[in-house]
Amino acid sequence: MELSTFMIMRNELTLIAVVLVLLIAEIFSTKKSQGALLNFATLLFAIYAAIGFLPGSEGEIFGGMYRSTPLIMVMKNVLNVGVLVVLLQSQGWLRKPENENRALEFFLLTFSTLLGMDYMISSGDFLMFYLGLELATLPIAALAAYDVYRLKSTEAGIKFVLLAALSSGILLYGISLIYGTTGSLYYDEVLGNLHMNVLQIVATVFFISGVAFKISLVPFHLWTADVYEGSPTNVAAYLSVVSKGASVFVLVTLLFTVFKEMVLAWQPVIYVLAILTMTIGNLFALRQQNLQRFLAFSSIAQAGFILLGMISGTQYGMATVIYFVLVYVFSNLGAFGVVAMVKNATGKINIDDYDGFYQTNPRLSLVMMLALFSLAGIPPVAGFFGKFFLFAAAAGEGHYWLVLIAVLNTIISLYYYLLVVKAMFINRSENPIQAIKGDGLARIGLVISVLGILLIGFYSPVFDWVQAVSFGL
Amino acid sequence: MIEGIGVTDFIVVATIMFFVGVYGFIVRKNLITILMSVELILNSVNINFVAFNKYLYPDLLQGYMISLFVIGIAAAEAAVAIAIILNVYRKLQGIDVEHVDTMKY
Repeated sequence: MELSTFMIMRNELTLIAVVLVLLIAEIFSTKKSQGALLNFATLLFAIYAAIGFLPGSEGEIFGGMYRSTPLIMVMKNVLNVGVLVVLLQSQGWLRKPENENRALEFFLLTFSTLLGMDYMISSGDFLMFYLGLELATLPIAALAAYDVYRLKSTEAGIKFVLLAALSSGILLYGISLIYGTTGSLYYDEVLGNLHMNVLQIVATVFFISGVAFKISLVPFHLWTADVYEGSPTNVAAYLSVVSKGASVFVLVTLLFTVFKEMVLAWQPVIYVLAILTMTIGNLFALRQQNLQRFLAFSSIAQAGFILLGMISGTQYGMATVIYFVLVYVFSNLGAFGVVAMVKNATGKINIDDYDGFYQTNPRLSLVMMLALFSLAGIPPVAGFFGKFFLFAAAAGEGHYWLVLIAVLNTIISLYYYLLVVKAMFINRSENPIQAIKGDGLARIGLVISVLGILLIGFYSPVFDWVQAVSFGL
Repeated sequence: MIEGIGVTDFIVVATIMFFVGVYGFIVRKNLITILMSVELILNSVNINFVAFNKYLYPDLLQGYMISLFVIGIAAAEAAVAIAIILNVYRKLQGIDVEHVDTMKY
């Protein structure tokens, strides 16, 4: 093994180094140095995320089990930025007295899941993919149950871990059928041996359902709302953005590479899933009062829109998927950041509680408004461009009915996003939420989200950059 | 190779195990039993991998390798799940899945 071999795995190795440094630092930390330790951990991660943007080397190692391409590096950078914003936003929550002495666990678990996602995205065979998937799933169960003193958090954890285990079992069964019919687990060799026979179609469907659980597409979405509502707000933000984004990335790459020959089998599946996910996610979001649950259903609906880019199967389609996830990271983290700040300061989480929010917290409500506009896809902000490109990708391949349904769904979603905006700006309240003064790091996190929401839409090189590294069927 | 037993027999057993596992996951009320159903699913996958490897691709090792990893990860999964189940027990004095219903719809 030479140094150049390690350079290909630079991202993962740096992250492992960060985790090890933090583990050692925790041994020597005292109660007083907890705050400094958290700052140190965030700083280390920021350095790691910055290293990710340096040009890296591409290639395959371990006999093709691990590979790195410019596309994969783009995906990893998107995830790193998302995690960085989540970490900045969760500082206030982690410094509360109840999290004393265990705040660093949040970092370690988060970094482990990120490591799993990186391996999953870079995987060159199904064994590596499965290991990455499990490494990305198991620590999240622990994160969801992080508030051990709250029943709801425990409930979220148990629901997540059992359903995740079931879904990974189903996914593995699909992989075993692929192995049985093709005789290999390596993507390159599987690719040449898939010929649309019955067992392979069953395998593809099982595989897609396993990944669809992670993206919370509709028949597999039932855990989403409960887990998002029960887990701590910052963990819900992490789940909805980073975990979902990584699974979207891996699904789109695998469908476009390994399952290329099975396109006639998976395209109708994705078509139906897209319609179901958009519609049911939206309809359930209409009746929610709890904002965390509301954002859960909104994120289900967003996942349905993402499938529109996937179904086109073109290079443009893949670029739109990655671009939309990038936009979605900033918009959703903006919304979750405000919700988390309010919840940590006052404990209020319902939409009614936000009546008159603008009077007391004008800046926070502006951030929330921009984030919700971006999620809904209202023109000046980035979310509009993200959705527009997705629809263009699907329409370009002639899926006009699907695009029509998606547009109708966008209108429904506009209603419930604007309900929150109306509560903040128009409704009056006797006792609105008092003025909240967030900590500096959380504010930096919100500023990054807002900048992302405002700038990505107008700065076209971002999309060109993504499209240059994407590929089609 | 075992005399008189073909690869199909193994696959039939594995498939039955898989669906028994899914059935148990849906029907059972006790959290530990649900976890056992998941283990059943994972073990059916292992049978699949090993049988395919032994009968169809005897000169390869990938099927054996992945089944070893699956066993390891199943243990990790059980550890995390049981830790959370213990937490549920402390809160509710029971591990019946019907008690874990504060959040719905």
